[in-house]
Amino acid sequence: MSFVLHCPHCGPREVTDFRFGGEVRAGTGSRPADERALTRALYLRANVDGLQREWWQHRAGCGAWFQAERDTGTNRVLRTVAS
Amino acid sequence: MPMRDLLRTRRMWRPRQKLKDHYDVIIVGGGTHGLAAAHYLARNHGITDVAVLERRYLGSGAAGRNTTIVRANYKTPEGARFYDASLKLYEGLSAELDYNLMFSQHGHLTLAHSDRALMVMRERAEANRLLGIESELIDAAEVASMVPVMAPLHAMEHPVRGALYHRPGGVIRHDAVVWGLARSADRAGAELHPGTEVTGIDVRGGRAVGVRTNRGKVSAGTVILATAGWSSLTAQLAGVELPITTHLLQAFVTEPLKPLLDTIIVSGDLHVYVSQTDRGEFLIGSEIEPWTTYRMQGTLNFLQDCSRHALELFPWLERARMLRAWAGLCDLTPDYSPILGACEVDGLLLSAGWGTYGFKAAPIVGHTLAEQVATGRTPELIAPFALERFHRDELVSELAAAAVSH
Ligand SMILES: Cc1cc2nc3c(=O)[nH]c(=O)nc-3n(C[C@H](O)[C@H](O)[C@H](O)COP(=O)(O)OP(=O)(O)OC[C@H]3O[C@@H](n4cnc5c(N)ncnc54)[C@H](O)[C@@H]3O)c2cc1C
Ligand SMILES: [Zn+2]
Repeated sequence: MSFVLHCPHCGPREVTDFRFGGEVRAGTGSRPADERALTRALYLRANVDGLQREWWQHRAGCGAWFQAERDTGTNRVLRTVAS
Repeated sequence: MPMRDLLRTRRMWRPRQKLKDHYDVIIVGGGTHGLAAAHYLARNHGITDVAVLERRYLGSGAAGRNTTIVRANYKTPEGARFYDASLKLYEGLSAELDYNLMFSQHGHLTLAHSDRALMVMRERAEANRLLGIESELIDAAEVASMVPVMAPLHAMEHPVRGALYHRPGGVIRHDAVVWGLARSADRAGAELHPGTEVTGIDVRGGRAVGVRTNRGKVSAGTVILATAGWSSLTAQLAGVELPITTHLLQAFVTEPLKPLLDTIIVSGDLHVYVSQTDRGEFLIGSEIEPWTTYRMQGTLNFLQDCSRHALELFPWLERARMLRAWAGLCDLTPDYSPILGACEVDGLLLSAGWGTYGFKAAPIVGHTLAEQVATGRTPELIAPFALERFHRDELVSELAAAAVSH
């Protein structure tokens, strides 16, 4: 039918309440070494089938961004953490 | 009639054989792209030492789940030229395969609900016409006379101001495309291997030399990855990371109704597109879900939003029963253009990044990748779609022409 995320501030809500912010990329924050590294950081994605750490924003609620751990093969959300 | 054809009377293609140790070409993915590559390798280049490895059954992916729209009115010259070449191949494909693909080129209308949309479409029509692609802007009165069953255009919540009309656009039966291509490839001598999952790609000295499967190890001269929604996963087996995310796309059909609609209607503003199938069902679809997933299960919010928007265009659908709904995976790139041809691993060719629009491209993908295998050179038509474009900052943005309009 759908799936439910627990906003760390508001509680469980349907996924349609949230904005998806994409997978959390390792090493973001540090400055890319060269142009190729910059392109990698900008465009390349692991796009895993399985456990993915990802960004969400509670758009229809408190507006906060947080991270979730979701299994992209089942859409089961294992946990969410405030950031 | 040869003996083997006598034994084949009830089958479209031979049952799978034992996997050999080596093939000139291994194609991963038994959707429309993989099968088209096998077909054109044999037909255009006489290359038949080919195996198509498919994890499930042929056509089990997006090939058998799409809404069958074929059109060429893309926005960029690179895209329009490419999709137009594909449409031309589709026009001759029933004859080529000796198999009726039920291609109806009944026209494709993209509705404009604002002045801005009209302006953007006028530009797109110009750009299309410069490339010899039939594409024109029509006004609201013309839309109304072409589609008399649509709600009164001015009374809509988002009134229709005009439309981009693409006469050669249409629908072609997706299952038939899969079956026709598979039969042709099989008859030419290529092997079809359903139930065969590629679990590893052997790379030696920067070159792909074979694959590992649930049925053993096979070496290959060239490996083609045509795995659409699963492209990130198969490319990673060779250590190649792609600018792709995988999303859910859904569609549903109503019960069959009498023939009422003989064009494809797309509304970007309403996030909906509608056509009527040969069986009479109204086929209704929308955009992808924004989150990534590999789970092919539909959502209730899709049915809700999509039926609401379809009713805005066709209020009398209120009484139609919904017959079935389904979902498939879409491999989306940042510029809404595909990734085709060579990558950083030699001997590995890609057909990926098909988003919601890859069905219409199947013939030209098979055609060009077969040429690349045979000649070792990248065909000009697909050069703009190389994976390397992301590093060269040469994106081919089709956002405006590909987001809702598949
Ligand atoms: C609901 C929906 C509507 C759409 N509507 C349209 C439309 O109107 N027009 C249009 O042009 N496009 C449309 N598309 C997009 C289009 O269907 C796809 O882009 C296109 O089918 C992709 O090419 P394919 O047929 O080769 O892919 P697929 O049929 O998905 O083939 C890929 C195959 O690879 C196999 N595979 C994956 N991993 C492995 C592995 N490790 N080993 C072996 N095999 C593997 C899969 O099982 C699958 O069969 C739509 C898609 C969906 C989901
Ligand atoms: Zn919240």
